[in-house]
Amino acid sequence: MSAANTAPTSARIEGRAAALRIENLDTDQIMPKQFLRGIDKAGLKDGLLHDLRFDAQGQPQPECVLNQAAYAGTNILIGGSNFGCGSSREHAVWGLQQFGIHAVVASSYGEIFYSNAMNNRLLLVTLTPEEVARLMDDADDPQGAPVSIDVSAQTLRSRQVNAHFELMPRHRRMFLEGLDSIGLSLTYQARIESFAQAHWARQPWLKDVAATAHARVG
Amino acid sequence: MTPRTLYRKLVDAHTVAQLDEHNVLLFCDLHLMNEYTSPQAFAGLYEQGRTVAMPGQNVAVVSHIIPTHPTAIRVIADGPSALQATNLKKNCEHFGIPLFDTNHPLQGIEHVVAPELGMIRPGMVVICGDSHTTTYGALGALGFGIGTTEVEHVLATQTLAYRPARDMHIRVDGLLPTGVTAKDLVLAIIGRIGAQGARGFVVEFSGTAISALSIEARFTLCNMTVEAGSRGALIAPDQTAIDYVLAHAPDIGAEHLSAALAEWQTLRTDDGAAFDVTHVFDAASIAPHVTWGTSPDQVLPIDGRVPRLADLPEGPVRSSAQRAMHYTGLPEDAAIEGTPVQHVFIGSCTNGRMEDLRAAAVVVRGRQVAPGVRAMVVPGSGAVKAAAEAEGLDRVFINAGFEWRKPGCSMCLAMNDDVLADGVRCASTTNRNFEGRQGRGAITHLMSPAMAAAAAVTGRITDARQLETLA
Repeated sequence: MSAANTAPTSARIEGRAAALRIENLDTDQIMPKQFLRGIDKAGLKDGLLHDLRFDAQGQPQPECVLNQAAYAGTNILIGGSNFGCGSSREHAVWGLQQFGIHAVVASSYGEIFYSNAMNNRLLLVTLTPEEVARLMDDADDPQGAPVSIDVSAQTLRSRQVNAHFELMPRHRRMFLEGLDSIGLSLTYQARIESFAQAHWARQPWLKDVAATAHARVG
Repeated sequence: MTPRTLYRKLVDAHTVAQLDEHNVLLFCDLHLMNEYTSPQAFAGLYEQGRTVAMPGQNVAVVSHIIPTHPTAIRVIADGPSALQATNLKKNCEHFGIPLFDTNHPLQGIEHVVAPELGMIRPGMVVICGDSHTTTYGALGALGFGIGTTEVEHVLATQTLAYRPARDMHIRVDGLLPTGVTAKDLVLAIIGRIGAQGARGFVVEFSGTAISALSIEARFTLCNMTVEAGSRGALIAPDQTAIDYVLAHAPDIGAEHLSAALAEWQTLRTDDGAAFDVTHVFDAASIAPHVTWGTSPDQVLPIDGRVPRLADLPEGPVRSSAQRAMHYTGLPEDAAIEGTPVQHVFIGSCTNGRMEDLRAAAVVVRGRQVAPGVRAMVVPGSGAVKAAAEAEGLDRVFINAGFEWRKPGCSMCLAMNDDVLADGVRCASTTNRNFEGRQGRGAITHLMSPAMAAAAAVTGRITDARQLETLA
């Protein structure tokens, strides 16, 4: 993990939550194609949920909760199930973070999006559909109490919700300690090398499989 | 020994170390890269002073941003996109990674190029910063998509920290009727189990209908299994798969043949191995399918009607359907057949191979693209394009009024300049009908190549079997 994509985090996330009542909100919608042309991570804040936030002329859509004054400074999104399904583009996660989102709450997530979020320390809280529905109701009152998430205790509180959520120990460590996943895997370098030698001794047709094919066809 | 599924065998055979209760360090035989999900990964390597562990197990293509206009030399006019391509070339040269660059004759979509050049072999683990990497299950290889941080991880270590999935079995009995394809089968499956019906699972397909599929049809099936949320798709390699691999991978040669065959023989689920979930489908009852909504599971057989809201469970399912109806402009209870289209797109990693183009050409031959319809064919790779031209398929399409393009991802995700305008309705052989996927406000109806061809020549969503019979 490069230093640039580690968000400043603490064990507690507290703040304004906004509800996006859309099932299967795919990463194409979270970060549309025209924002994927960079070679760095810059500028993704503008692209976040672009077509929901802006009309075809680029004007803010007033009905989008993220454009409403009462929701300025939103740092927690509450989404429908299968949030982040579809394309593997990690830009969706970077864009959420650049917009200021520190946590997403939903009843389920696209699998690749989930890994991408964990690798960037964007907290994803999984609650039951009923808990998510109550949390959305709470979020609909912009004067209501903020949502409070304690990552160490794995709990989330709002006016109507007081829930425990699961987090795999590895992900918990990645979030709380900023675990350098690549650095950790590199400590296995010798084992990886000896694994590969044994693997190729048994299946020599897998060694340099890409280079061999490329060399064959020029 | 405890009986194991094919999936477990592949995970076990690639486990370098058990990292903790949930995760293993998984060795990756092949890593494919494209221009848009890899730049930040390379940047991370430079930043940390790291290198690429095993360059010969990695390959890159320019596929997503590339223009497909039929010009002799392709020039990427868009500045940032051109920079992505030159940046990829620079990175590949720096680390010694093989690259199929913009004007390479065999350039194309990663998931079309890799198997046709013999890089996919049974028993491999193949990953790519692209969700449709599940394609390789067609050859008994475990393929899955990863994000850019994981791309960096694989480059640096040739491994991934991997949490194994659960096992799902989908058995498809009987045989698909004439005129019904793997695309229709996978759309029917997604329609029944839902866009997250396989979330958390790797799906193994089996049954008479699967055994009867060609490898290219199996690519289509496994490619789109990710649209049910799956983390992989597998078909145990049979003689059909072995014949395909040996035909495309001459380097395996006589020297390794018997060892390879013996190894591949073991790549099947043991008798008595348990799946967490099993679904059974009857192939004979499946008709051509077309999506009506904005999620691949919002799909109908060609004689079907858009659901009535009152018939859907109250809550998220109903509200999503309502939102999709609003977006696609199809009211509840509308027949899907006969819906007018203004655009037809044939291509993508799902349906951009030779058999797809042949199936479309059968419908198109001797007919004309309907007035008011713009239709294009974008072959999946340079090799597909050349083979199609050798068979004269390009003339069939061009004579009918189609645009015959150069290979790339093109209008599947509309990252290049092939973007649809607001309100345009497209019959598309691609994999995602998401809101805005092919252009802001554009409406996508997913279907098979023959069905897309039928829509092109009639100007409306049509049962291609009627045209195939008349031809």
